[in-house]
Amino acid sequence: MSCQLASDSILYANGIYRVVYEIVGVVLPCWVAYAIAGLVFAFILVNAVLLGAAAITWGERRLLGRFQNRVGPNRWGPFGLFQPIADLVKLLTKEDLRPDGSDRVVFSLVPVLMVAPLILMTAVLPFAKNTALASLNVGVLYILAVSSITSVAIFMAGWSSNNRYAMFGAARAVAVLISYEIPVVLSLLGVVMVAASMSLGTIVEAQALPFFLVQPLAFFVFMAGMSAELNRSPFDVAEAESEIIAGYHTEYSGVRFALIQAAEFGGVGVVAAITATLFLGGWSGPWSEYLGWLWFLIKTGIIVFLFIWFRATYPRLRIDQIMAFSWKFLLPLAMVNLIAVTLEVFLLRGDDGVLTVTDLAIMGVVNLAVTVIAIAVFGNLIKERVSFRTRQPQNVVVPGVSTIEVI
Amino acid sequence: MALRAVSGEDLAAAVNQEFPGAVVDFDEVSAWVRPTRINAVAGFLKDSPDHDFQFLNSVSAVDYVEYFDLVYHLTSLKQQSSAVFKARIFGRDNLRAPSVYSVWRGADFQEREIWDLMGIHFEGHPNMKRIMLWEGFEGHPLRKDFL
Amino acid sequence: MTIRTEPMTVNVGPQHPSTHGVFRVRITFDGEDIVEVEPVFGYLHRGTEKLAEERNYVQVVTLTDRLDYTSSMINNQAYCLAVEKLLGVEPPPRAKYLRTLTAELQRIASHLIAVGFFVQELGAFGTPLMYGFRSRERILELFEMLCGARITVSYMRPGGVFADAPRDFWPALNRFLDDFAEEFVEMEQLLLENEILMVRTRGVSPIPPEIAINNSVSGPVLRASGVNWDWRKQEPYDAYDQVEFDVPIGSNWDNYDRFWVRFQEVHQSIRIIKQCIAQIEPGPVRLDLPLVLRPEAGREAYGRVEASKGELAFYLVSDGGISPYRCKIRSPSLINLTVIEHLLVGWKLADMIVSLGSIDINMGEVDR
Repeated sequence: MSCQLASDSILYANGIYRVVYEIVGVVLPCWVAYAIAGLVFAFILVNAVLLGAAAITWGERRLLGRFQNRVGPNRWGPFGLFQPIADLVKLLTKEDLRPDGSDRVVFSLVPVLMVAPLILMTAVLPFAKNTALASLNVGVLYILAVSSITSVAIFMAGWSSNNRYAMFGAARAVAVLISYEIPVVLSLLGVVMVAASMSLGTIVEAQALPFFLVQPLAFFVFMAGMSAELNRSPFDVAEAESEIIAGYHTEYSGVRFALIQAAEFGGVGVVAAITATLFLGGWSGPWSEYLGWLWFLIKTGIIVFLFIWFRATYPRLRIDQIMAFSWKFLLPLAMVNLIAVTLEVFLLRGDDGVLTVTDLAIMGVVNLAVTVIAIAVFGNLIKERVSFRTRQPQNVVVPGVSTIEVI
Repeated sequence: MALRAVSGEDLAAAVNQEFPGAVVDFDEVSAWVRPTRINAVAGFLKDSPDHDFQFLNSVSAVDYVEYFDLVYHLTSLKQQSSAVFKARIFGRDNLRAPSVYSVWRGADFQEREIWDLMGIHFEGHPNMKRIMLWEGFEGHPLRKDFL
Repeated sequence: MTIRTEPMTVNVGPQHPSTHGVFRVRITFDGEDIVEVEPVFGYLHRGTEKLAEERNYVQVVTLTDRLDYTSSMINNQAYCLAVEKLLGVEPPPRAKYLRTLTAELQRIASHLIAVGFFVQELGAFGTPLMYGFRSRERILELFEMLCGARITVSYMRPGGVFADAPRDFWPALNRFLDDFAEEFVEMEQLLLENEILMVRTRGVSPIPPEIAINNSVSGPVLRASGVNWDWRKQEPYDAYDQVEFDVPIGSNWDNYDRFWVRFQEVHQSIRIIKQCIAQIEPGPVRLDLPLVLRPEAGREAYGRVEASKGELAFYLVSDGGISPYRCKIRSPSLINLTVIEHLLVGWKLADMIVSLGSIDINMGEVDR
């Protein structure tokens, strides 16, 4: 007795899943095999996200150390690689505090709600050719929908903590998340339009030329928006540690804090993976197609490095400036990109509806020009709104003392 | 271009001209004014163009057991001069002096500190409460009789 | 439609990551806007003024280290100047130069911390701070060569300094100056024209000169408010009348100017140090004063310096005994805080932290 997946199943394309399903299906009933194969793959994904989060915490601390002329954790294991494990053991053995007057159910639910969407998002990610758990034909839409759950979780954390700093953080986070969702979605529309599909697998295959070259503007908007959605510098107002302690997770400790941290750093990893898939060509790369996972990891690593680099470099913007940046700068840019891509696709697409590499290259050149012009124009527009109050230098005291003045 | 220190004698003469009888005593660096006239003298020294002591360096209190001296160090940024005037308050309990808060905002925390540590209550200060120690602390620790 | 909002009172501090120690402000917010501010001090009050009355004149030097622990050299200097005024003595020239030099090194160290934390509070995660600390570490090593201590130096004494600089000190100082020129330029490139930093600090919380003067604000904050007033120029002490330097002043009176003024002052400090190295001559470094000083009874002295935070002064009164009868400390951090209400009300929570960082308080000095 053996079980066969229907070829139109969304799981069919996944090689690992199919192999496990068919092997288990030899000895067990098909529905058990179906479940076991699913669990095996889910196990891989959960571990990928959580271990990835651990690796990113280590990488971030080491890299920040390098950026800042210090060493970073290097005691525990080779290059301090076991530091996340030590951290986890410490956090697990801490007392699990819940503040007086907090909403017990909501408070306890938050860490789970923070981590779950991340793992759900990985379900549609193609790590290599034919390796997505489910190659959904609405993959992009699915990712956008699932990622929005985080904002609810953050607000729940702020609301239930019974702490004013947490409330500040939650209010800020929700404002930021909602504002940045729109430019992100609009920037992804361009990608979807060129790839003519919402399935992540198809989008990867459509990238004969990586989309960050074809649509630099969309890439810029997407990265900025994702920085904001991840609460990363320079948009990290929701957990601005110098202002509101730790923002929405001020009151979390012990294992709950560990889960929230895992969600934060795992979020960086997952978003980097999504960015690599959508803009950097995912698993596609030279040499063997079996090296797809390596290209995918390298590209994800590059994006993670970018996020860490931002964090080490930029100061934070104020909340009103962040909102202005989203609505007055990123949104118009996303619109410009959308219009440009629409026109280009309409003009360049052949009768068969396919864009060749030459078409993509032409689009890339045109879009680069559009990017430069649009950023210059809207950058200058927004600059006027944050004009400085400038007065004449005024010496209250005696002449005779030499001074230098602000130019 | 060192600062010109206005001598106690000059200061006393100038203040006496404006408010006869306000000055009790003077020596070479400072002049003592009547505690009740502190506010008027301070306003005069700050606003009169001849003196223009816009900048209050510090307000100190010194406990001499029989009396307290309040010491005001002033600087005029325009005139490049400095001056010191003092006020002598006799007694140990329930001491009161007019606040110069309305003349120099900079006296705010220093007067509160004097109240906290020396026990001189400044009248006219909008927020006269302890600053370093907690409310309900007994005594004023910088006094000589506090052990 | 208007939404009814309620003001929310938050205690910022005493355990808050960016209140520079155990400072607490009770702030009433309307949304993110600040409506009311009330500073609360005293968490680090150690009664330095009372302790000074129990120690003899030389021993008090160790207490001054612990006032503003980021600029202990300058605190030593202020106290020693006050005692010297009280005694009517002057230290030998070499001691004057050594004092000027160490005080300027300390000013650099203190300003590096100030700008580092200022940008840290803007949300730049650690990088500028660590850049500052890298150079500050070298300065502390120089202090270690001078007196064996890094923070609580107690290097100066009434009538001079504790000891002459060791022979290794001068080459080490020159090496530091060479490296620091590079390191500081790196920091300037990173920060001074950073777009986000400009947007965050330009035009935020300006202090007009009238208000600054009326609030007795001093130091870099006063100069950033456009007032050209530096005690090193106005009332030169030690070797400051022998060296040339400029006084940077701000023209916009805002947070950026306070930040910028500190950067420029570091440049001026380097100038002063270089002149000191060129001018210093061999000679004694300490007056031959008795171990236990007994100034004349009834004398008083107001010794002030331009410390890294502002005008630091010791008002000493003598009763002829071996310890000061009264030792009042005019601490710049505390008095600069007078302006806090003007500085914060009407601005946002995020600006509040930055403005607090821009006046650069140090709780050791505020609470004393």
